[in-house]
Amino acid sequence: MAMEQTIYRELKATPGVWQIAALLLAFLAAAGGAWFYMEHHGHAVTGMTNQIVWGLPHVFAIFLIVAASGALNVASIGSVFGEKAYKPMGRFSSLLAITLLVGGLAIVVLDLGRADRLIVAMTTYNFSSVFAWNVLLYNGFVAVVAVYLVTQMMRALDYKWVRFAGFVAFLWRLALTTGTGSIFGWLVARPGYDAAIMAPMFIIMSFSFGLAIFILVTLTLLKLNDRIFGEELLKRLGRLLGVFASAVLYFALVFHLTNLYATEHGGYERFILMDGGIYTMLFWGVQVMLGGLIPIALVFLNPSRSSTILASILVVIGGFAQVYVIVIGGQAYPLEIFPGYEVIEGFHEGVVSPYTPSIWELMLGLGGVALALFAAGVGAKVLRVLPTNLSDGNLAAKG
Amino acid sequence: MTNRAEMTRRDILKSGAAASTLTLAPGVTLMAFGGTAEASSRADAGKRWGLLIDASKCAADCNDCVTACKVENGWGSQTELEQIDPEQAPEWIRKVTLRDTSTGREVSAPVMCQHCEAPPCVDVCPTGASMKREDGIVLVDKHICIGCRYCMMACPFKARSFVHAEITDQNVQAPRGKGTVESCNLCAPRIDSGRIPACVEACEKAGHSAILFGDLKDPDSAISKALNDYDSVALRADLELDPGVRYTNL
Amino acid sequence: MRLVFAFLAVIGFAGGAAADGTGPVVPAAVGDPHPEGNDYWRVHHMDMLRHDRDLTMREGVRDLAPDDLAIQASIGECFTCHAVKDEAGSFVSFDDERHFCRACHDYAAVTIDCFTCHRSTPPNESGLALRTMAKPDEANSIDAYLSRVAQEMNK
Repeated sequence: MAMEQTIYRELKATPGVWQIAALLLAFLAAAGGAWFYMEHHGHAVTGMTNQIVWGLPHVFAIFLIVAASGALNVASIGSVFGEKAYKPMGRFSSLLAITLLVGGLAIVVLDLGRADRLIVAMTTYNFSSVFAWNVLLYNGFVAVVAVYLVTQMMRALDYKWVRFAGFVAFLWRLALTTGTGSIFGWLVARPGYDAAIMAPMFIIMSFSFGLAIFILVTLTLLKLNDRIFGEELLKRLGRLLGVFASAVLYFALVFHLTNLYATEHGGYERFILMDGGIYTMLFWGVQVMLGGLIPIALVFLNPSRSSTILASILVVIGGFAQVYVIVIGGQAYPLEIFPGYEVIEGFHEGVVSPYTPSIWELMLGLGGVALALFAAGVGAKVLRVLPTNLSDGNLAAKG
Repeated sequence: MTNRAEMTRRDILKSGAAASTLTLAPGVTLMAFGGTAEASSRADAGKRWGLLIDASKCAADCNDCVTACKVENGWGSQTELEQIDPEQAPEWIRKVTLRDTSTGREVSAPVMCQHCEAPPCVDVCPTGASMKREDGIVLVDKHICIGCRYCMMACPFKARSFVHAEITDQNVQAPRGKGTVESCNLCAPRIDSGRIPACVEACEKAGHSAILFGDLKDPDSAISKALNDYDSVALRADLELDPGVRYTNL
Repeated sequence: MRLVFAFLAVIGFAGGAAADGTGPVVPAAVGDPHPEGNDYWRVHHMDMLRHDRDLTMREGVRDLAPDDLAIQASIGECFTCHAVKDEAGSFVSFDDERHFCRACHDYAAVTIDCFTCHRSTPPNESGLALRTMAKPDEANSIDAYLSRVAQEMNK
């Protein structure tokens, strides 16, 4: 069997690896500085306000957390659904899932008004809060996927245990993304959120964003060590990405159609789809066109190594825009507190709330990304998670 | 260490505290030093404090309730506002002027925390900092608030504010500080010492008496009678949160 | 953990202060001493504060000493006695290292989280007024208000 021929080796420390590590460390240092600055001065120095209470850091965080569970898919497809071609990538897929989640969580935690009280969040739970569930789901995810990774790395272990651990991890990741989507889906107060479809939409978003990031990171690491990533395998992942990206578009379509049908959400839809300025631009231009239609066309109409890479990059950009539109757009649209009345005087009543992210928020967000990538790199450096060869041999052997 | 006979009420209290630190052993404490029920200030589960705001009595050009709240609870001072963007300014209570889109009639009313019976902010709070007292007052326990702002996302009334910068010289009855969320607490410290909320007092002093304060659970209270006798509305009634703040003539 | 810190602080007092005078100089307080004694307070003050904080905040119990109707379950009450004045005669806040709490906490290197939110100097008048239960004849008492409102409605 082809599986057994796969040899996993630690990443070698080539100059390229060092350069990228140094770059990531620079981002981490910048994020640390930004955090100290925000912690010292309070959120006054950010663009976040009492209207836009969650800003750019949360967009980064939610994107990473959603992508984390998606990055695990490659491993799941291998061990749960038995696709042999995916098995050599399973270890790194698991590792990347953990590091992306940690990167995302780091941002959320450092953005807290009282980050010093993290211990309170870890010890005092209000179980009617989706947030509290998510604390458990996130911590549990790290543990479950870590166990899954270990089972994959134990060659002596009967494969049924790998399959079992993979199955648990797969169910857990579904729960995790459901929880993340429900953070918004269960907020009845805001017309842009209150929708049950948020949970499944976040799941399918995770499939797409996670796979795109997995392709890009794996490819980069293999290239740094001159290891082969077979063209056929890459194209196959690309086609899968195309399917996922189509599904994301479909869910976005259903989400907006449902909202359009309900008159009470008409205002929000007009805002996002027509006259929301930056949000409308991000929705149509970046999310739908750049992050949806173009990558789908690329991988299906012109499948190749470079089109898959480009499609992955575009899906990441489009996905980021999508999360931005959901998170920030949903807050920018005003709350309708007095239906049937026009507010003549008030405090930001009935007007779109402006939001300009500060450089500090951007640095913190990028720091989370850097943390995820750096940790994934360190993991690949010290653990035998990356195959020495991802050539198309496995694909052929599978037949 | 003092001997057992000399132990004071604090030691007795401590024994209660040992059993559970966050939610205290109910009843233990007050019984320990005898019944002075009339003087005690425990939040009473038999009561539910609420407000009935008569928009027809509220003057558009009057801001006394807001000013009184600022003075009582020490928010929105010049020093504080200088540090932050206007969009980051706290608003425990705000005045709104509305025009009925069909009739053109204009009304004015204050909006504050609506003290819901089913408060979304309490449901979503991961640590339980956002809480509802026995007597229906919804407030933030800043001791365990981590500043995640999820309650602000969940509140349909924009009643909550996040403290964006360092605060000094707080009022002793209104602790508030950087990194935590705050909102109207119906002047809980005043209610606990048998006093009416500052906004109610100010509105009465201004000669409007547009804010009626009372116990919603007591059928004989003025507020309950008024709610029975006149049409009133709850803001975002569609959400069925059963707010303790109601409006008439809106 | 807190207990450990507390014990460290106590050891600090006993060892440092007695031996060579390098220990913290605790500012003198006014008013009656705590009946529990200073040693007890040095060890247990955090438990007491924490306990009272939950009583006050979550249960609305503020008058722990009903005999004189003084509302004592308040961290602000500490500064009625434990306030330190500067050269100009005004009270120093927690920002000043002469503040009562800082005398020991700086010495023991134990961070205090109270004063990011709480006032660290004696209260102003409106705050002081809330230390006692309202008399029924006070204009802003709930009793007086409710009877006013009832009269108004009957008219």
